[in-house]
Amino acid sequence: MSVPTIATSRAAADGIPGSAHSEVALKARASRRSGSFRPKALIPIVYILFLLLPIYWLVNMSFKTNVEITNAFTLWPANPTLRNYAVIFTDPSWYNGYINSIIYVVLNMVISVAVALPAAYAFSRYRFLGDKHLFFWLLTNRMAPPAVFALPFFQLYSAFGLIDTHIAVALAHCLFNVPLAVWILEGFMSGVPKEIDETAYIDGYSFPRFFFKIFMPLIASGVGVAAFFCFMFSWVELLIARTLTVTDAKPISAIMTRTVSASGMDWGVLAAAGVLTIIPGAIVIWFVRNYIAKGFALGRV
Amino acid sequence: MLELKNLVWKVGRDVHIDDVSLRLERGSLNVLLGPTLAGKTSLMRLMAGLDQPTGGQILMDGKDVTGVPVRQRNVAMVYQQFINYPALTVYENIASPLRIQKQPSAEIDAKVRRAAALMKLTPFLDRTPLNLSGGQQQRTALARALVKNADLVLLDEPLANLDYKLREELREELPKIFAATGAIFVYATTEPHEALLLGGNTATLSEGRVTQFGPTPDVYRRPHDLVTARTFSDPPLNVIAVQKRGSRFTGPGALAFDAAPAHAGLADDDYRIAIRPHRLSLGDGESGASFEAVVTLTEVTGSETFVHADFGSDRIIALIHGVRRMAAGDRVRLGFDPSHVLVFAGDGAAVNAPVALAA
Repeated sequence: MSVPTIATSRAAADGIPGSAHSEVALKARASRRSGSFRPKALIPIVYILFLLLPIYWLVNMSFKTNVEITNAFTLWPANPTLRNYAVIFTDPSWYNGYINSIIYVVLNMVISVAVALPAAYAFSRYRFLGDKHLFFWLLTNRMAPPAVFALPFFQLYSAFGLIDTHIAVALAHCLFNVPLAVWILEGFMSGVPKEIDETAYIDGYSFPRFFFKIFMPLIASGVGVAAFFCFMFSWVELLIARTLTVTDAKPISAIMTRTVSASGMDWGVLAAAGVLTIIPGAIVIWFVRNYIAKGFALGRV
Repeated sequence: MLELKNLVWKVGRDVHIDDVSLRLERGSLNVLLGPTLAGKTSLMRLMAGLDQPTGGQILMDGKDVTGVPVRQRNVAMVYQQFINYPALTVYENIASPLRIQKQPSAEIDAKVRRAAALMKLTPFLDRTPLNLSGGQQQRTALARALVKNADLVLLDEPLANLDYKLREELREELPKIFAATGAIFVYATTEPHEALLLGGNTATLSEGRVTQFGPTPDVYRRPHDLVTARTFSDPPLNVIAVQKRGSRFTGPGALAFDAAPAHAGLADDDYRIAIRPHRLSLGDGESGASFEAVVTLTEVTGSETFVHADFGSDRIIALIHGVRRMAAGDRVRLGFDPSHVLVFAGDGAAVNAPVALAA
């Protein structure tokens, strides 16, 4: 059988013109697939380069000595050193910052998700007077800048003797994170048919048993996404965290902003601290990367 | 025995269920037949206890269960959508009501395997429902309803989303399987022929009311009123307004025919006659009762032809055997046998269904 016959019979079968099946076209497509460069790919490459440049610079700096940072412009460390990291891991005033941050972030994640779960279930399953307004009102809590709340929070927490405790920061961040978690979880819960709840009641499940045994596995990815966003906000938030802490619960982001010592700015240590601050976020993103897209698809993130 | 007494269910001002009274015997098969939004699902939810009625009473074996939460009633329900617990395996899905009842695990195992065998699910017990085909998912839901050994089994259009072959197969098996349990079996459907195939009793629903309840063939042959007849007819019933003068009916156009013996005694008045589409034939008809209509559309389904036609202001549908092709605008003469006609008074009540007198 000759080549043209194949081409025409294929064209008849799938409606692609015979020329597209010619040897030349097939070869061209094969070479394209095998990875020769396409100009279109430049756009994302340039974009990613611009995004990564500051991060690279931070990493670069963290391995340099202060002398090199301030006196020379080098694209990579001339005398790579781990001294900056050693400072952070040995000086309690540095590593306690990380521990403090992690404690109140985890506390906040747990509180936010635990509080948001029943709220989101109510919004997703029940119709009550003003439910839609209340749902929207929750979100408006996020519209005010944190600075607005810094003063009242400081007053309130002082009155209750909570200043400079981890729970104070965790609770304060709930103001922003609970609405977000409710919003995200409601989207995931509404994706589960109500008939599953009813079938469980018909089967005789009590509400708590249904919720934990049947329902939670179905919205596990939603819980992951909600927890991730709580983590993100709480981890990067600086103003409230700094206002409510003095020394015992000082977060790393606050410590990073006051590294001017008698000997001047310690650039290298600051850069190393910055790198270490990025890492937990990167780890968490890695765990929820598959679910985040789903969260966006639900229009809730 | 499940007894519904003057059940009413309103949401705001919308009346979803309007004064429904029914009495369903143990071991019986009951079909709820009605178009979408007729209230089939609402009525089932009230029977199950998922919703609480606004008025009326529900009695189970003479005991008032109105207001008893669904958890404490022994019911099982299968939805039109395939509802299972996606996180559990098919085995655990079927076992779940038994686990809640805290039955010994050996007993659970035996029951699950028996139900799975009946529903042909044995090879899939270790899979999760979302890895099954639609038919297998629905059979899982049915197996869970079966294994519970409930007093009341509610199936809400369980076969509507299944493909044709599977539907035929399950429709035949389901009544047999559930009849063996002695439960009250309620089956909702929108399809009249499904009701006829299932047999048992049928309650026709329209706009939240039960228009008639009785043995299925009876309801089909002797509808009490026009609404019931319309509900229980697919394709739609042909209704023509006529007058009776002496022994003759006259209608619009040149329609005039001698009344069948069963109708001869009716008083002279205005009536509405209903003719089922398959009772119409091409030509003059054997007893000469016929009318001429203008074809608007013909649909050929294999060996049968649906002829849609305009007769005056009425829409007529005739189901004709064999393949007939007619162009829109053609005039066609449709004949019928006057003894097959259902006659209704002006208010829609049946006056004298012919079969009733023949019986």
